[in-house]
Amino acid sequence: MTEGESETAPLKIRSHGIRLRLTKVGVTRAALVAGAFAALEILCRLGTIPRATMIPPSEMLAALWQILKSGRANADIAFTVVNTLAAIAVSVVLGFWLGALLHALPRARRVFEPLLSAYYAVPVFIFYPLLIVAFGVGRGALIAMGAMFGIVAMIVNTMIGLDRVPRVVGRTAAVMRLDPIRRLLLMRLPAAAPHLVTGIKLAVAYSVIGIVAGEFILATAGIGKRIAFGYQDFDNKTMYGMLLLLLLLVTVVNGALSHWEKRLHRRFGRQ
Amino acid sequence: MKPQHYDAVLLLAGFLVCWQLLYLMAGPDVISPPVATLMRAAALLGTEDFWHDAASTGAAFAYACAIGIVGGLVFGLVVGLSRFAAEVADPILGTVYSIPKITLYPIILLIFGLSPAAQIAFGVIHGIFPVAIFTMNAVRNVAPVHRRTARALRLSGWATIATVLAPAAIPEILSGVRIGIAVTLLGILIGELFASSSGIGYALIRATERHNVVDIFALTLLLFLFAVAINALLHAGERRVSHQV
Repeated sequence: MTEGESETAPLKIRSHGIRLRLTKVGVTRAALVAGAFAALEILCRLGTIPRATMIPPSEMLAALWQILKSGRANADIAFTVVNTLAAIAVSVVLGFWLGALLHALPRARRVFEPLLSAYYAVPVFIFYPLLIVAFGVGRGALIAMGAMFGIVAMIVNTMIGLDRVPRVVGRTAAVMRLDPIRRLLLMRLPAAAPHLVTGIKLAVAYSVIGIVAGEFILATAGIGKRIAFGYQDFDNKTMYGMLLLLLLLVTVVNGALSHWEKRLHRRFGRQ
Repeated sequence: MKPQHYDAVLLLAGFLVCWQLLYLMAGPDVISPPVATLMRAAALLGTEDFWHDAASTGAAFAYACAIGIVGGLVFGLVVGLSRFAAEVADPILGTVYSIPKITLYPIILLIFGLSPAAQIAFGVIHGIFPVAIFTMNAVRNVAPVHRRTARALRLSGWATIATVLAPAAIPEILSGVRIGIAVTLLGILIGELFASSSGIGYALIRATERHNVVDIFALTLLLFLFAVAINALLHAGERRVSHQV
């Protein structure tokens, strides 16, 4: 194989006004994913994978449809979504301000930097029992867990983003005689946007992990709780239906954020 | 004293003061004070039950790390060597990596039953992806001039991997291994918290259910120190190897 672009050059197809970008890579990837699901379906249907272990993917989809149509899981879905949004909001807003604060105070930053960089090496989830003791079993402990998981990613990426803002942006702000808060929000925030979006993407992913794991282990409601219940009751339809819902939600949100991140990085140039 | 050490002492002192203040505000039903926690942790280290749990967690952790690292390295190397395969695999691996793995634990329990094998498998699905992704990218990012040099020297496939690609890629691969080990520990502990019959995570969830605040704090502290020690060790190893290469 030469190092040319021939292999990956997109083949553009124009039909009904929709431009489809077909690449060999994309087609292979789609075929691989479709093939994996097809193989799973066949193995489940043949009984090679017993029904007690896994139901065929098509039945998972049907089970999810049933759950959504009957509305019996709506309260749990709303519980998880609202808690996750709250945890993300806390992580992103508080993480941004803490990151900006540490960026402005080099002395404090030097003290906290090793702590921040080692943070995710500690299984943060071990603090969940402490949060349960502090907040009781319920929303409070879950939101706190999600925020604890997400906030450090936001702090770190805010600092990285602010570090890489070109000097000329700061000088321009000085020429315009902006006060420090405006300088931060109007000049530096947009200039640091690509890294902030990376922070948001990670904060979202981590918050979801924290909240769903919390729901699994000890909670009163939520998608994770429903999946855990399904497992304990040998109710594979509910378990796999809810599992599929969660995986679809996470994949779509993560895909959208990754797309946004790539676009910003391309526009501002990866620094 | 070096300034970094001074900073660390300052941080630790501030942390302990905040901890004690929170205890005075919230009371013993919610927070166990620093001194009592340290003493309980020391006492736990002298009990047989604790070491039984620690051995169980440690064994699962070691097996999961070994399988995850070897699997991730092999997969990352094989896929990373082909640009086409890497481009196909990249977004798939990224998506799988971002899934909250905890949701897959029931499936693993259905496959392996409530056994150490399930814990290990759960640790492996956490660790294998970062190792594979970092290895794949490390191999892809090797400067083309290195590959061309290997070709100009007419090195065989294995010689190319052993003497050119591996040394060039090792620093990045080690970062992947470090992250892989950290998330494997997370996976093992979450697995123990959710469903298990022994291990530190199991002891922690038992203490939570009994609302034994001192035990919860002491176990959390010990786990925290263990994780920090592992991370420090890996960082030190990583620096040494990167210097040598």
